[in-house]
Amino acid sequence: MRAPFRTTAMDSIFGVPVQALFGQLLIGLINGSFYALLSLGLAVIFGLLNIINFTHGAQYMMGAFVAYLLASKAGLGYWWSLALVPLVVGFTGVVIERLMLSKLYRLDHLYGLLLTFGLALIIQGLFRNEYGTSGLPYAMPAELAGGRNLGFMFLPNYRAWVIVASLGVCIGTWFVIEKTKLGSYLRAATENPALVQAFGINVPRMITLTYGFGVALAAFAGVMAAPIYQVSPQMGADLIIVVFAVVVIGGMGSIMGSIVTGFALGLIEGLTKVFYPEASNTVIFIIMAIVLMFKPAGLFGSQK
Amino acid sequence: MSDGVIKIGVLNDGSSLYADLTGQGSVVAARMAIEDFGAAKKGMKVEVLYADHQNKADVGSAVARQWYDVDKVDAIFDVPNSGVALAVSQITRDKGKAFVVSGAATSDLTGKACSPNTIHWTYDTWMLANGTGNAIVKTGGDSWFFLTADYAFGHALERDTEAVVLKSGGKVLGKVRHPLNTQDFSSFLLQAQASKAKIVGLANAGGDTTNAIKQASEFGIVKGGQSLAGLLVFLTDVHGLGLEKAQGLIFTETFYWDQNAQTRAFGKRFATANRGIHPTMIHAGVYAGVLHYLKAVEALKSDDGTKVIAKMKDTPTDDPLFGKGRIRADGRKVHPALLVEVKKPSESKAPWDYYKIRATIPAEQAFRPEKDGGCSLVK
Amino acid sequence: MPRSQKIALGVMFAFFLAAPLAVYPVFLMKAMCFALFACAFNLLIGFGGLLSFGHAMFLGTAGYATAHAAKVWGFAPEFAILFGTAAAALLGLVTGLLAIRRQGIYFAMITLALAQMIYFYYLQAPFTYGEDGIQAVPRGMLFGVIDLANIWAMYGTVMAVFFAGFLLIYRVIHSPFGQVLKAIRENEQRAISLGYDVTRYKLLAYLLSATLAGLAGATKALVFQLASLTDVHWSMSGEVVLMTLLGGLGTVFGPVVGAFIIITMENYLAQLGAWVTVVQGAIFVICVLTFRRGVVGELGNWLKKPL
Repeated sequence: MRAPFRTTAMDSIFGVPVQALFGQLLIGLINGSFYALLSLGLAVIFGLLNIINFTHGAQYMMGAFVAYLLASKAGLGYWWSLALVPLVVGFTGVVIERLMLSKLYRLDHLYGLLLTFGLALIIQGLFRNEYGTSGLPYAMPAELAGGRNLGFMFLPNYRAWVIVASLGVCIGTWFVIEKTKLGSYLRAATENPALVQAFGINVPRMITLTYGFGVALAAFAGVMAAPIYQVSPQMGADLIIVVFAVVVIGGMGSIMGSIVTGFALGLIEGLTKVFYPEASNTVIFIIMAIVLMFKPAGLFGSQK
Repeated sequence: MSDGVIKIGVLNDGSSLYADLTGQGSVVAARMAIEDFGAAKKGMKVEVLYADHQNKADVGSAVARQWYDVDKVDAIFDVPNSGVALAVSQITRDKGKAFVVSGAATSDLTGKACSPNTIHWTYDTWMLANGTGNAIVKTGGDSWFFLTADYAFGHALERDTEAVVLKSGGKVLGKVRHPLNTQDFSSFLLQAQASKAKIVGLANAGGDTTNAIKQASEFGIVKGGQSLAGLLVFLTDVHGLGLEKAQGLIFTETFYWDQNAQTRAFGKRFATANRGIHPTMIHAGVYAGVLHYLKAVEALKSDDGTKVIAKMKDTPTDDPLFGKGRIRADGRKVHPALLVEVKKPSESKAPWDYYKIRATIPAEQAFRPEKDGGCSLVK
Repeated sequence: MPRSQKIALGVMFAFFLAAPLAVYPVFLMKAMCFALFACAFNLLIGFGGLLSFGHAMFLGTAGYATAHAAKVWGFAPEFAILFGTAAAALLGLVTGLLAIRRQGIYFAMITLALAQMIYFYYLQAPFTYGEDGIQAVPRGMLFGVIDLANIWAMYGTVMAVFFAGFLLIYRVIHSPFGQVLKAIRENEQRAISLGYDVTRYKLLAYLLSATLAGLAGATKALVFQLASLTDVHWSMSGEVVLMTLLGGLGTVFGPVVGAFIIITMENYLAQLGAWVTVVQGAIFVICVLTFRRGVVGELGNWLKKPL
């Protein structure tokens, strides 16, 4: 991509006007928000439970569906959903942890992966039976309809909100885990659960709530996605594989790492869509392969 | 009759991409056709079997083989997904049975892959590209930008449509290939917006089309003066999108339930039996295909697949949904096509009242001329 | 070979010899292809402790390579299968070098991601014909004399391939190589300290598993005369995990039984649509929670004999 793309005017890069490029970068950042939210949820769960939550994609989908159901059956709009849905779906996570995952902690971690994979199949199958596959409409909240012209692009208000809200949630989560007392218990329990238990902290309950919180993050992302993507049972199935790659690239060691990697890969994917759209769905996997070659533990990870 | 019973197999997608526009609805349509034909009164025993091919060619061909070999099925109907349909067509030919396609799109079924045992009823890719491309250019949409799903089917749709657009005097300002099953179209839509083309052609299907339409409305593509042309859109897709998002979309169909008294009566009856979902053109095609098949079996007093298909081609068709028509030597059923535009929410008076019919393309112009398909059955 | 396994092998052989009299032979051929696929997968997880979530890439790659070689280049069936298997082996080498850099769940995620990349590649590549797949693949004349269009000739070939693959895997498991593999699975650190080049052993196991999975895919392409995206999709990778888990991880005959059960189920539940996925998911959950030894593992445990 060097010589043939050289252009005479200074306002374009590789034949793409700089202005358009700004637009595409912004779009990439918005998509990165979803990667960041989802990989953050995975990282939080992994940190304490040592389980890769394969159900994450299905729980993201559930988030969107519960929002749809609240709107169509109970007349509760977007803002209610944003508050209620993570609680509802997070609670189903708590039930799953209590009834199933908690039975597996003494076994190989692979069993956790297999169990959550099976759960994902069940959940997606049930929703497909009930709601079909062509997808369901979900209205944009009136407050965020429309958009503004930024000069270099037309930015729908809702997309701007996606960046702001997910950045807020990501940084909030990071703050709670890294800078508060509650977070310090959590981190301590990750290192040595027996010791923390001895200090009189109810570690099993902390594990349950952590899983619930991770699931709630996925559901939150689902609600965010409902007005812009089609609400359909398969919406999380392929996405979760990309998020796995994001997690491998970032390494699961750090909360901040997963957030930064999520946004960064959104940007890179956005650029690919402009310069070589054919590769836009493989670029993240290619980056994963390269990172594995040079830094097997991931960019922010430490090999355990 | 081979075994005193005529066994009809409805094979389609019961669980994923095409489940709503084919699925159980096609079984309902087949049953209605058997009832309307009056099989019971005529003393003919007709049974319907159903299977889900999950959009997998290997599952579909395994079911077809087993149906023919073990379950003594006489004819298979519907089969959306071109890959599965091509496989089933080959097996049907090997076994000397009958295959009436409604769900699949590829025009190869009556072109280079045509078969004396296959009839393609409802629509095909050539007809969609031609109907939509030609009609839109003629009504002033002469500059296009394509959003194409990056796989064989998307490429074929884009190629066929582009050819029609150019031939009708339009021009193509650009195109972008997006991966199949893309969730986020915003980047591609920005490129389409920047092209300033009057028409954004969606050479994709299913979830890709609906996602693109949904996000186009968000980015103000239609409000900004550009129009969206869907190349493969069905009634159920519009229902899933809602009129708010889908309004103004232009595409081609061969059947709409609100065309005349007969289609309305069919639509009501069908919806009652199918969870309120109104019939798509594919459902209508299954109904009409089964009806015509049974007429041919009755006339021949035989359910020999090859003979029945030949008889079906010899007999002019007549049914309440597609009216009078015929089946060509290459297996292509010809009937008029409808260029439709999705109504604004304010124009829609009842649930499922979604289309304005902008133009009707006569049967003889709607489909690819017989001689151009490269079918070996055409002399 | 212990007596219990000799008897089981005899029963299995007799079953596949006699079954086509009563059961639809195409179905049995499909079951044998998947049984071989599951056995190859089991070699990696059951004896190497590596859970691959991307094994469909080998099945599918071999299928495409075989179908392309047979249809476009006119290869004889034996060479087409060989070519397909070699293609899978090559892919195994490349992905193996990347994937074995991590272990446990990371290994699973990496193989899944790599397989997804391969899937997208096949989706776009023109020679695979996208959603249509490579259709009407000629079965050809085996060694120039046996016409595989005859269903019994094809059945015999598939049976020969399956048993050859099965016995090879058995041989590998019980060789010194297999013993080292088991040692690595049990305690990697100790194996390293004993001076074994753990990475090389893992890579070899991965490569072998990929090759045999490829053999299954190549044969399947000739049986169905079709190579399609189904065989590269992640759900196929999940299915082979399910087959092995249900039959019994690390047992010799488990994957065969598991594959047979799952294929039968899919065949007879095909009418139920999305319920198939739900049932599969439920089997996963039940196996993991209460039935971790799998059908054959439980049976062997009950008989107190290795199976």
